[in-house]
Amino acid sequence: MKILLKGGRVVDPATNRDTICDVLIDGAVIERVGSDLPTAGVTIVEVPTGCVVCPGFIDMHVHLREPGQEHKETIATGTTAAVAGGFTAVACMPNTQPVNDHAGITELILSKAAAAAQARVYPIGAVSRGSKGEQLADLAELRAAGCVAVSDDGHPVADALLMRRALEYASSFGMPVIDHCEDPALRGGVAHEGFQASALGLRGLPAIAEELIVERDVTIAGLIGAPVHVAHMSAQGSLRAVRSGKDRDVPVTCEVTPHHFILTDEVLQSYDTNTKMNPPLREVADRDTMLQGLADGSIDVIATDHAPHHYDEKAVEFDRAPFGIIGLETAVSLSLDRLVKRGVLSLNRLVELYSTNPARILGVAGGTLETGAPADLTIIAPDIQTTIDTTQMRSKAKNTPFDGWELCGSVAATIVAGRVLYVSDTVAGANVFSKEWK
Amino acid sequence: MTGPESANRVTAINDVNETSIMPRTALRSHHLLSIGDLDSDEINLILDTAEAMKEIGSRTIKKVPALRGKTIVNLFYEPSTRTRTSFEIAEKRLSADSLNIAVTGSSVVKGETLFDTARNLEAMAPDIIVLRHEASGAPHQLAGICRAGVINAGDGMHEHPTQALLDGFTIRAHKGRIEGLKVVIVGDLLHSRVLRSNILLLRELGADVWVCGPPTLMPQGIEHFGVHATTKLDEATEGADVIMMLRLQRERMQGHFVPSLREYFAVYGLTVERAERAKPDVIIMHPGPMNRGVEIASEVADGPYSVMLEQVANGVAVRMAVLYLLAGNPDEM
Repeated sequence: MKILLKGGRVVDPATNRDTICDVLIDGAVIERVGSDLPTAGVTIVEVPTGCVVCPGFIDMHVHLREPGQEHKETIATGTTAAVAGGFTAVACMPNTQPVNDHAGITELILSKAAAAAQARVYPIGAVSRGSKGEQLADLAELRAAGCVAVSDDGHPVADALLMRRALEYASSFGMPVIDHCEDPALRGGVAHEGFQASALGLRGLPAIAEELIVERDVTIAGLIGAPVHVAHMSAQGSLRAVRSGKDRDVPVTCEVTPHHFILTDEVLQSYDTNTKMNPPLREVADRDTMLQGLADGSIDVIATDHAPHHYDEKAVEFDRAPFGIIGLETAVSLSLDRLVKRGVLSLNRLVELYSTNPARILGVAGGTLETGAPADLTIIAPDIQTTIDTTQMRSKAKNTPFDGWELCGSVAATIVAGRVLYVSDTVAGANVFSKEWK
Repeated sequence: MTGPESANRVTAINDVNETSIMPRTALRSHHLLSIGDLDSDEINLILDTAEAMKEIGSRTIKKVPALRGKTIVNLFYEPSTRTRTSFEIAEKRLSADSLNIAVTGSSVVKGETLFDTARNLEAMAPDIIVLRHEASGAPHQLAGICRAGVINAGDGMHEHPTQALLDGFTIRAHKGRIEGLKVVIVGDLLHSRVLRSNILLLRELGADVWVCGPPTLMPQGIEHFGVHATTKLDEATEGADVIMMLRLQRERMQGHFVPSLREYFAVYGLTVERAERAKPDVIIMHPGPMNRGVEIASEVADGPYSVMLEQVANGVAVRMAVLYLLAGNPDEM
């Protein structure tokens, strides 16, 4: 069965395309993109005015919490939230209970993901057994089971020797190491170390805790020549280290979350536990550096660090609340509003950050609309107003500081392997995807 | 009403009338969470009201009916002798019905959250909850869900507003003003809620505020607090009108803040010699509890410039003023 998506703006940086043209889909794969494509025996779906067809967005940093913490999120709810937020695939971090440090857990995650049949799920395996930082996990076995990368996210790889060995070893199986860069000796706080934390009496998480480890990882990756990916970067000095590595052709890439390029530590004045995350919200200069890095290309990826927590867990004192916020259903609107509408970067660059680059870094299919690629599409409506409303979210968790924000830019529809999994009811005309796509 | 009490009532009315010449006669908020929420008129209103309250404390019968029928819960999640006792005495002198809930023996140990505890207390309709908590911001969070007024009796490393008010009251009593005074705060600046509240209060009232301590215990961003920060004690105390010493927790050697208590005293301890660099009429303050021989020499603590016990005495009057302004019924004075 073939579908022709007709007359939409198609933005695909991987094939250097940003034009009005048609996308021909054959079942679960892209057959062709172009004009005057054959229409015999093809269902034609007219793309609504104002909608832009992009290769599927990939969130390479989420916490699906299953197995072990299903009260926060499950693979089914998390992947449903993903497609509602415009993501056709997510890479899930291994800090589940138990940790995804052996094939059995990876297989469980993949079978739950297959049963949910929502966004694709790419498991990320643990670097070390139990993410304890003591002994390498069986990385070849994790790779064979389906892991696409390794990380001890949440637990930084503290030991430089372990990091070196992990980079050496994982790269031979084609897996990047994703590091939550934070020196454990400089940990212990709950908010960015600076004036705000000082005034609010909150223990500090200094920027150097992140910057030091980014410097270290870039240095080691330069020695080994193996790819390292810096997770959720938040501090000026981290980007400086990444840029300097890139200048020396070190295979380093990095990601930033929407909250780190939008918010600063000034929002902590409310003591709202939904402003508590790690890395913490930092200062204006850090936030502005992230915007700069997004604009000039030194930041490769926007990822959400989707960190669902149960309401009860966040309804406590600031010191006692767990770190993290959800992001799957807010990221695309926040990015369209704060980056594209405000002219920080082009739509083309946004698609690189959300699709082309994460696919390349993880070495997974997608990230492009070239012939033979999976028919994973994110259709966005950059000019449609939307209001973030936690009561409408698919995620089990509601922990976001963005509730009630009015933004310009919406997800119109999400298509995974040729199946329409999400259609917005606020984007005018988007219902063509549900009605005419059979 | 019996004889002495009606006499008190008359005096109290007069006292209240005296305050009516002030620009403000009431606080804008029914909580006291941070000194930062008060403007100088409100601070002065509290201090002036405390003058009247102090007089009540000097009577034979130290009780007025200002808070008769009001219920006050002292909810203390951290051990406290001085502050809790001070609030309790203040409440009793105003005829409030008060009760103390301390962490041990309460439902807190059964795993109930602060907010659930507070909601349960709320259900019994208290007028004021006085909260001491080890987590910064807990009183702010509580105020967001409570109808009762919330008084911050010290939250983590954040603020201790009634301490700053009693310190301001004590300074004013000695110097007749706060504006233009050189006030030096010395010690563990990083972990001190007394510091944060005092900076806000003293700056709002126009003092020249200096802070001094080891660089390891200096809060990041201190340059944005509007104070002079130095690590040189002699520079700080030079010509000071007021020296306020902060407590050094004995466990600060962990975390590499200071090498030893001995070395701390050698560099930052207030000795007679150092105190003499200040103005001849300097007053020396400490919020207590003090570590003799760690942050302050006994000769100074017990010497003629020390006003530490006055601070404690004034604490009752200031807390009476705060309670009265937040929950008092003027018809009952």
